[in-house]
Amino acid sequence: MEGNIAELGQYIGAGLAAIGSGAAAVGVGNVAGNFLSGALRNPSAAAGQTATLFIGIAFAEALGIFAFLVALLLMFAV
Amino acid sequence: MATEAQGEEAGLAFHPMDQFLVKPLFGDGPVHWYTPTNVTLWLFIIVIAITALLVMGTRGRAIVPNRVQSIAELAYGMIHKMVEDVVGKDGLKYFPYIMTLFMFIVFANMLGLLPKAFTVTSHIAVTGVLAMAVFLSVTVLGFVKNGTHFLGLFWVTSAPLVLRPVLAIIEVISYFVRPVSHSIRLAGNMMAGHAVIKVFAGFAAIAVISPVSILAVTAMYGLEVLVAFIQAYVFTILTCVYLKDALHPGH
Repeated sequence: MEGNIAELGQYIGAGLAAIGSGAAAVGVGNVAGNFLSGALRNPSAAAGQTATLFIGIAFAEALGIFAFLVALLLMFAV
Repeated sequence: MATEAQGEEAGLAFHPMDQFLVKPLFGDGPVHWYTPTNVTLWLFIIVIAITALLVMGTRGRAIVPNRVQSIAELAYGMIHKMVEDVVGKDGLKYFPYIMTLFMFIVFANMLGLLPKAFTVTSHIAVTGVLAMAVFLSVTVLGFVKNGTHFLGLFWVTSAPLVLRPVLAIIEVISYFVRPVSHSIRLAGNMMAGHAVIKVFAGFAAIAVISPVSILAVTAMYGLEVLVAFIQAYVFTILTCVYLKDALHPGH
């Protein structure tokens, strides 16, 4: 019975960690949306900034990845 | 694995994660480090495909390139410009390594999208090795090029003095977490996308929603083609950023 409760906690924790993926989606959307609004104001400068866009997206996404990592650890390592 | 799929849900003929199983090519024996598996097969196909594109494709050296040579030249030019823009002129020395990384990842992702294919980059074991190789070589390079000055990367001189120790701790943590996020980003994106396609494909067994399911699989496949390229691009550009940090740790 005790083991079952621990397993329950693992699964609930993994599900809660999935909220972090949604938060990362908000972050990535924020970066891309702001890039687009800037790019529409000054389209000639936009082409040179795509690398910066992807770096920004990657950094915002990294924190969602840590949430995913926590979920993975809870499911398979704990 | 067949029994596992039947035991869980009666309607689903396969498990969405079955496609990521490492299986021996011949027979059913245990997998040792020397056993030829589906991973070995697809790694081999990737190498053959890259060689076919970059070596055979540019063999003619035509002034007016044919289609294959144009693709090879486009890929070369794109990565060359990326290294030049992000790292700077002195980073071009490391261009061959970055080009190798990009070609390997983009081919692994794209070939993994073929039906019945095995996506090599969906395994953290593969992407982890790639990310650790980048992390270790960049760290060693930073110390060789700059000596102890490389540690200035963690000591943010533009911040107020009181904040610097706190920032240093955060910088050190974020530095050592790099290979983790670097590898899991690629593996997670590949694995999640393929699993979603398989889940939608599983819905096709129910007659009422099968047209929706087929549309969804088509749409997800289109998205996955985009993701396969973008993830290879992101992995490469992050490698360039880390390399820039190692060569010019000042800012």
